[in-house]
Amino acid sequence: MRLTGAQIVCESLVREGVEVMLGLPGGAILPLYQVMHEYPQLKHILVRHEQNAAHAADGYARASGKVGVCIATSGPGATNLVTGLATAMMDSVPVIAITGQVPRGAIGKDAFQETDITGITLPITKHNYLVMHAAELASTIKEAFHIARTGRPGPVLIDIPRDVLTETADFVYPDTVTLKGYKPTMDGHAQQVKRAAKLIADAKRPLILAGHGVIIANAFAELRELAEKAQAPVITTLLGISSFPEDHVLSMGMPGMHGMAYNNIAIDHSDLLIAVGMRFDDRVTGRLSAFAPHAKVIHIDVDPAEVGKSVHVSVPIVGDAKRVLHALVNEITPTTRLEWLQEIGDLRQEHPSDRVRESDKLLPQYVIKEISDVTNGNAIVVTGVGQHQMWAAQAYTFREPNSFITSGGLGTMGFEVPAAMGAQVARPDKTVWSIAGDGGFQMTMSELATIVEHQLPVKFALINNGYLGLVRQLQDLFEGGKRVSVEYSRNPDFVALAEAFGIRAFRVTEKGQVRDAILEAMAHEGPALIDFRVEPEENVYPHVPAGEGVTEMIEGPRPEAEGAWKR
Amino acid sequence: MEAITDHTISALVEDKPGVLARVSGLFRRRGFNISNLSVGHSEVPNLSRMTFVVQGDEFVVEQVTKQLYKLIDVVRVNDITGDAMVARELALVKVKATADNRSEIMQLVDIFRANIVDVAADTVIIEVTGDDKIDSLFRLLKPFGIKEVMRTGRIAMVRGPASTGGKPLTANLDDHNAPDVESVP
Repeated sequence: MRLTGAQIVCESLVREGVEVMLGLPGGAILPLYQVMHEYPQLKHILVRHEQNAAHAADGYARASGKVGVCIATSGPGATNLVTGLATAMMDSVPVIAITGQVPRGAIGKDAFQETDITGITLPITKHNYLVMHAAELASTIKEAFHIARTGRPGPVLIDIPRDVLTETADFVYPDTVTLKGYKPTMDGHAQQVKRAAKLIADAKRPLILAGHGVIIANAFAELRELAEKAQAPVITTLLGISSFPEDHVLSMGMPGMHGMAYNNIAIDHSDLLIAVGMRFDDRVTGRLSAFAPHAKVIHIDVDPAEVGKSVHVSVPIVGDAKRVLHALVNEITPTTRLEWLQEIGDLRQEHPSDRVRESDKLLPQYVIKEISDVTNGNAIVVTGVGQHQMWAAQAYTFREPNSFITSGGLGTMGFEVPAAMGAQVARPDKTVWSIAGDGGFQMTMSELATIVEHQLPVKFALINNGYLGLVRQLQDLFEGGKRVSVEYSRNPDFVALAEAFGIRAFRVTEKGQVRDAILEAMAHEGPALIDFRVEPEENVYPHVPAGEGVTEMIEGPRPEAEGAWKR
Repeated sequence: MEAITDHTISALVEDKPGVLARVSGLFRRRGFNISNLSVGHSEVPNLSRMTFVVQGDEFVVEQVTKQLYKLIDVVRVNDITGDAMVARELALVKVKATADNRSEIMQLVDIFRANIVDVAADTVIIEVTGDDKIDSLFRLLKPFGIKEVMRTGRIAMVRGPASTGGKPLTANLDDHNAPDVESVP
């Protein structure tokens, strides 16, 4: 079959099972857009900014488990994808970015809208391609999807010169991929699994640290089996949240810099950490020399480079979390650990950082707790980065597998708007709550127009404190209260703004209005926004100062401050 | 803590545009310190062999190896530092030479089994291959006046019948968990 390069791209995307693409056209990518009408099975969502196309593809991928696809033209279109690709790279999200490039003869000549996007994205993609012949497009796209979705997933960029899109070639879609240098290890080594089982049997104070890898591998049932059979409490990293039901008796929530105080202490007391699909990020470990001083470590990860990168590992197991956990569960015998669980229960009583403190003010944690209660912990929650993100991680009780979508590794403010859009596209059946900060929201809110155009019923909870709150908190706690460039003293009227986009909007200034507003937003069929004018000076606690060991926490406001933490 | 030493790493890579940029970019962004690098065709069509010398302890070398394996175009990586190997570098050096001292220089060249490849009125160009020997010759030539030096990176081959890329580096991992090498020609 003789097709143009553009048609080959579409045929290949159809064969990879793509249903939705998000993008924004321009000159170099135009030939691809001009054939899209021939492929009605490929739905294209036109965005307002390419960064949002990348984040939306990311949110789509995380919510669906499928590969997200974004499209941009050459030059500025391509460079606008960069933050989105870096976000997906850091959080291991399968995204395919297709970019137009200037015609082959113009490459390297500083042509109009030319940029070396494969050079730029080298460190922030799992792999990338500049395709110089239409005949290579099909095999390249096949490879790209394979690389994006297998092993440790990640973004792959395909850069296509305009004249490659118009050139014709025979189209044959390959059945298989052969990559000499890429063969992810999926099954854990049997002997290593046995060694891990022995460590678990010998341990007195084991903890499971569950990360994003559990969600990516769809290993929810296996994780739960391991936890219950080994009677090991489950701590979930920021990206591991919703890998384990938070209403489960063994669920411990988040560790680390803003994690639960009792978790950091439990890790300090533990004699065995069973780390699954997590990478001992510095926000989890704090100062490495003070991290888990008494614990041996079993580290299960699909990426060999993560094993032994940060902490010393007693039993490394490279493999897919689902397969390794399945094997491990079969190797261990059911046990009881009454003493250890009692100790943890006591720690939770003594260091109850998961509670919302009592106050008549409109506390952000209270807002999130209310959303959690109203949605029964079953919504998909998408956040940006900062205080609201930490409060969402702490105060929402996630019951549903894979229901928390947040930018963890890169920490991308503004993620909450486009990623929520992508998540809602992927999961039209679910309620999607975007818990947003007023800072990040204003970085990407142009996408509200797209959300209205496509009638995506995303609910926005704007945690509006008029500050870049986490930065203000750093200045208040560690810079002697010297506040520099952290206040938005003249934010727009977010209710009027949302209404201008065609979104139903409410303002909440009192604690007593919270529940009704949430119920009303949920009852509304389309997208809705609630501008929560929360207590502006509220801090996130606990807070482990940067560079300190994780037990060196500031657990709550100083005693003289209003409303010390109560149980 | 392991001592910081030079490690000679040999890698088979896909002969594709940009592969050198991928590898060198990896070294730069991860802060790995390489003292030299050479690249050329291997015995396998479409595969090139890169040899580089990395400074660091065992931990660094393990990370270098694992991070290299994450590059899709990298097929195989071996730390051959501990193996018996033949390691060579090629250097060209332009030295000031007068009628008076030219014979003295030629004697040194003979001792080092180097070659004089160009003679001009007041300079000679010496070609020398070797490993540590190059530095020794340079030291002895210095008093004559070295005008210009060019050196390739090190290339290294494991001695005996074993292949230089025959045994994957498996530090901290079981053989099973090392990347699959069976399919490599």
